[in-house]
Order: sequence, then structure tokens, then C-alpha cells
Amino acid sequence: MAASLPPSRPRIPGSGLAKGLAVTLRTMTRKTVTAQYPDVQPELPPRSRGVIALFEENCTVCMLCARECPDWCIYIDSHKETVPATTPGGRERSRNVLDRFAIDFSLCMYCGICIEVCPFDALFWSPEFEYAETDILELTHERDKLREWMWTVPEPPALDPGAEEPKEIAAARKTAEKLEAQRAKEAQEAQQAEEAQQAQETQQVQREEEGEE
Amino acid sequence: MNDALDVALRLVIVFAVFMVLPLVVGQTEHKVMAHMQGRLGPMYAGGFHGWAQLVADGVKFAQKEDIVPAEADRRIFQLAPAVALLPYLLVLVAIPIGPSEGAVGQIVDAGIFFVLAVMGVGVLGSLMAGWASANKFSLLGGLRTAAQLLAYELPMLLAAASVAMAAGTVSLPGILNAFEWWWLPWQIVGALVFFVAGLAELQRPPFDMPVADSEIIFGAYTEYTGLRFALFLLAEYAGIVVLCGLTTVLFLGGWHGPFGADGLGWVWTLLKAAVLAFVVIWLRVSYPRLREDQLQKLAWTTLIPLALAQIALTGIVKVAIN
Repeated sequence: MAASLPPSRPRIPGSGLAKGLAVTLRTMTRKTVTAQYPDVQPELPPRSRGVIALFEENCTVCMLCARECPDWCIYIDSHKETVPATTPGGRERSRNVLDRFAIDFSLCMYCGICIEVCPFDALFWSPEFEYAETDILELTHERDKLREWMWTVPEPPALDPGAEEPKEIAAARKTAEKLEAQRAKEAQEAQQAEEAQQAQETQQVQREEEGEE
Repeated sequence: MNDALDVALRLVIVFAVFMVLPLVVGQTEHKVMAHMQGRLGPMYAGGFHGWAQLVADGVKFAQKEDIVPAEADRRIFQLAPAVALLPYLLVLVAIPIGPSEGAVGQIVDAGIFFVLAVMGVGVLGSLMAGWASANKFSLLGGLRTAAQLLAYELPMLLAAASVAMAAGTVSLPGILNAFEWWWLPWQIVGALVFFVAGLAELQRPPFDMPVADSEIIFGAYTEYTGLRFALFLLAEYAGIVVLCGLTTVLFLGGWHGPFGADGLGWVWTLLKAAVLAFVVIWLRVSYPRLREDQLQKLAWTTLIPLALAQIALTGIVKVAIN
């Protein structure tokens, strides 16, 4: 079998050993890559998954997050309240009120599905990661704590240059443009009408002058 | 009275060196090894770059419980760390640092004999530990240690014998007095054999097969805790100091520097020993552990023939000169 191998260059015996020494020596003279974490905070990439924050005003207790959670680590309790009719003779409405929203981070696997599925933008990723506890029970964060994480959520990163416009903004822009065009048209028509009227008036004045002569 | 004071002072200084230099080597190992692996190493203990890390480690070891297994041979088990450590202290007494008489703990006429014989006793510590632990891993480690030290004692002695032949004396200061610069190329093979065999004697990586922590869980030291374990570690680092010192004295010309600066000879000795200690650490980082059979093969088929060839060369050159 040795004959089928490609011919190797004649090597100096021990050159491999020397190469090993050279590698370690070269590494020693280079700058280390150690991050001195507790002293120096790490520079986290955008969209880091640290902890999940809850913007509870946006939550409608639709339960999608709790249902989609693969680990079943989201606990939601709620009750229904009846809102009286706003107009006389109108119908009463019912509304969900959030009683409890908790995420057990000892179970959570940080898949982010809850955040993906939330239709009302009530859940967000916060980059905060320093919430270790000595008691595992403390890792169940109730809504107050989840709310507090909300203040640590960074603003969304800017879009890439040349990216497609976000749907909401595109729709709003189109509406605005349509409105603008309509207004411009109306203004133009109004101006034309005014001009016509003026022309009529001047004609009348001219005629009157001619009559006096 | 004056003699007693002189002896006491020398002993205190040797002891201080014995306590400080291994710590310096240990700390250097921490930092050099870390940087060779792209890390920083200890940074907290003591403030500046973690200089007090080993002191803190010592305090930690002292706090730990001293356990002796129920089935162990109690006395032997407890004595083993001392037997492993003390020979290096005794060897340090005889290593000349500088040319003057004040720079040696005690001048021994049969210096090489004394040094190598006493260093051989250190082996006994590991053997005692391995046997007395009443544990199959420790026993395996102890036997591996015995096999390794048997194999490497021979090339080490042969290499040292070559230098003794060259100098025509077995006294360490005598060898240094006879030293000429061209001994360096002349004895280079012997120096390499001596250094490599010494590394193996110390059971340092890549020759740490008897203590292999991942295979036979620290070999002979499996059952040791706290301060006794620390003594074994200290023995290893004291061993590095002694080995580097000996190699410097025997092969690198000790206090002879390239510039004829007398009085600063001890600086040269320490500097050369420090460079060798760095090489010891460097080798540890660079090479993987040798397997049992590779280890024995290296000793019997490479080092011993090389050492014998060196002796033959030394003899020929010696005769040619005369």
C-alpha cells in the first residue's frame, strides 16, 4: 500500500518536534484572547438571547406563547372582565385581564418561539444574562420581574441598507401619499375655480367700463 | 561558635532558596503555560497578575482535611511526601551557585555521586506512596514510576559520568573550574540526554505517564489530600529547580558567563537555570504524554546509546588532548 501513497518530501528527523515548540512560542508572544468578564463586560452581539422580557400592556392573554413553548415553562393565569356598553343600547364586551405571567428559566431552553409567535409584540429578548440564583425556585420570574427586564431591551437594530421597507411603514407611507395626492388635486381644483371666477369678474368689470363709454 | 553560626546561616539560606525558587518556577509555569495557550492565567490573588496564587494555594491546601485510608499502611503513607521532598533539599546544599566558597551550601568532594545518589532517594517517596495507599490505581502508578525511574536513572548517570571524565573530577566546583567554552558543543549530546532523563525522573510532562491523571488518576498520589499532596507537588517543582541547577553546573558552565565578570557568577547560574526551567515548562505545553512502551523505548533504545556514544566521544577527545 505504501507505493500508492504520494511521494513525501524527505524530512529532517525531529522537525515535527521543533514545529510544536515553535507553535507554542509564537502563541506566547501573541495577545491573549481572554475576556476578563466580571471586570470587563462582554460586548454582546445584537439579538443576544439573555432573558425574556414582558411588555404586559400588549398582552391579550391569547395563550399562544404558553401553548407553543416546547418546555411548558410559561405560566399564565387570567380572568374575564365585562366592560359596559359605551353607547346606550350597545352590547357589553368581555376582556381578558392578566393575573399572572411567569417564565421558569430553569426549564426554558431559550428557543425564542414564544417571542416569535406573540402576535401583539408583548415578549422581547433582553441581552441581560446575569440572573443566576442560589435557589432554583428563584429562577421562576413573575410578571413584575419580566416587566423590569423590559427596560433592558435595546431598540431594534437599524435595517440593512437596501432592505425591504417594513410592512407597517410601507402601508402608512402609501396611505399618506394617497392622501397627499388627493389634497393636492383638491387644492388644484379649488385654485382653478378661483381663477375662473376672477376671470369672469374682470370680464364683467371690462363690460361695465365699455358701457360707461 | 563562628562555625556553628556559619553552618546555621548557610542552612537557612539554602532552606529559603528551597522554599522560594519552586514557588517562582510554579508561578512562571502558571503564566507561561497560560500565555502559550492564549490565556492569561491567575490574575487575582495578590493583585498584580496574580503573583500570590501559589501562596493562596498553599493556604488552601493547609486548610484541607488530612485523610489516611483505613487500609493504608499508616506510617509509610504519612512519611512518603517527606521522603519525596527532602532529597531535593539535600541536593540543593551541594549545588555551587558562584565561584567563591560562600556561594555553596557545602562543598562535597564527590559532588556528582552525592547529588545523583540523593536524588535517587526521591523515587522512594513515590514508591512508598503507591504501595502504602492500598489502592490498585496507586499501586499501578507506583510500579510505573519504578519502571520509569529504573529506565531513566541509567542514561542520567552515564551523561553525568561523561562530564566527570572530561573534567577529571567528580566534585561539582571542580568540574566548573575545569570548564572551557568548547565543552558546550563537545558535551551537547550528553547535556540533552541528562536533561531529558532528568525530566523523566521528575515525572514531568511529556513523561508524566505514572501520574497520568486521566488514566490512573494521579497514580501514586490518588489517596493524598491537603498538605501531603501539596508536598508532592512542591517536590516536583523543587525537582525542576534542582534539575535545572544541575544541568547548568554540569553542562552549561555554571557561573562562567560570556563576559569575564567575576563576582556576578551567581547571576549567570541563576539565569541559565531559569532559562532551563522555562524550557521545562515549554516542553510540557508543547508535547503530549508518552505511552508506557514509547517511554521505555526512548530510554533504552535512544538515550542510553546516545549517552554511551557521548562517553566514547569524551574518552577519544580526552586521549587526543593528552
